[in-house]
Amino acid sequence: MIADGAIPIVPRGVRLHQDRARNRWVLLAPEKTIALDQIGYAILSEVDNRSEFGEIVSRLASKYEAPVEQIRPDVAGFINTLAARRILEVI
Amino acid sequence: MTQVPPPMAMLAELTHRCPLSCPYCSNPLELEARSRELTTEQWLRVFREAADLGVLQLHLSGGEPATRRDLVDLVKGAREAGLYTNLITSGIGLTRARLDELDAAGLDHIQLSLQGMDAETADRIGGYRGGFERKMQVAGWIKDIGFPLTLNCVLHRQNLHQLPRAIEMAVEMGARRIEVAIVQFYGWAMLNRNALMPTREQAREAEMIVAEARERLKGTLVIDFVPADYHGDYPKRCMNGWGSVGLNITPEGTVLPCHAAQTIKHLEFWSVADRSLSEVWYDSPAFNAYRGTDWMKEPCRSCEHKLKDLGGCRCQALAISGDPAAADPVCVKSPDHGKLQEMAMQFSDGESDELTYRTPA
Repeated sequence: MIADGAIPIVPRGVRLHQDRARNRWVLLAPEKTIALDQIGYAILSEVDNRSEFGEIVSRLASKYEAPVEQIRPDVAGFINTLAARRILEVI
Repeated sequence: MTQVPPPMAMLAELTHRCPLSCPYCSNPLELEARSRELTTEQWLRVFREAADLGVLQLHLSGGEPATRRDLVDLVKGAREAGLYTNLITSGIGLTRARLDELDAAGLDHIQLSLQGMDAETADRIGGYRGGFERKMQVAGWIKDIGFPLTLNCVLHRQNLHQLPRAIEMAVEMGARRIEVAIVQFYGWAMLNRNALMPTREQAREAEMIVAEARERLKGTLVIDFVPADYHGDYPKRCMNGWGSVGLNITPEGTVLPCHAAQTIKHLEFWSVADRSLSEVWYDSPAFNAYRGTDWMKEPCRSCEHKLKDLGGCRCQALAISGDPAAADPVCVKSPDHGKLQEMAMQFSDGESDELTYRTPA
């Protein structure tokens, strides 16, 4: 789980990139390319290195008309998986 | 054959020149001279073509890429083309001022090589006195500027005992990743097989050290590990498939499916000096030679692992079995697996640690 007040960070050397040749969005990281589905792209689009986790979840909830409690674990799982691979940070 | 996907990654060997002379250098035995290297404009054209083709990650390598005077311009051009730009360097030839210029040019990531974890070992294996001290200075600048860093260590019989220290050093330098590769035997490394081949016990111990460190350093350091090929029972998924994910470009522009592909003498390689990268990727005979599975013979053809390992490494099949379409002899199903194990035993018993150094380009 991630505390509501924690801030997910896209660190230096990691960036969102539109992969035109394959018609998708990817996350480019040191010697790794992570293909994003629509959900992954939606989450990362909200990570601006300022917003707290709780704010990100509520923005996604209102944007996609889904209950906060339902999406919170999915968003946390996505961020934590990338953080374990040192692709995102949570501070 | 199924449709060929566009490439994801490109390794640009900007030059074969290098101040170091590592005895396992991945460059070929016949090195290209500076006068044959592609010009700045040619490389920039290739970078744009690569991005249009679908390449996402560009690895600037060599030789030592910092020996190219136009390195900053090449990085700038690569970033303008939209490529994720990674510099694979020994650190020698990088100053603080040059690193600042690379930072301004948009360099995304640096991979720094270490030949040993102390000055005596590193300088002896790299064949360059003072190299280790210089690398430590460069690592400090990389950290100050904030470049994401991967530490790269090629390990073999003479430095495998330093693996735990390599992992510690990566953490101390603030690296996010470390690549630990037990030397693979091609080209220069093959010449030095008697001095470099690890014992089976060393290879096993390395696997345990990596497994323990991965668990302990979760979220701090990512460890990518290439195990000792000759001591395995199933082959590596070499290059993630021939002509399927990545390509290499030599200093003079020849496009290769992998570092060692030119050891397969009958293949016809094309060059970006006179063709577009797209033409080379999709249509060159060398790239089409071992794509997919149609080229396979037995035991690969009917094997349940054939889509998993894609038959292993073509260059190794040629080197050991004499046929690039044979199964990689690392595989237990290869008729030459016993021969390979015998070779591994013999090489690892090599009584001398004397090294044959790479020659200057």
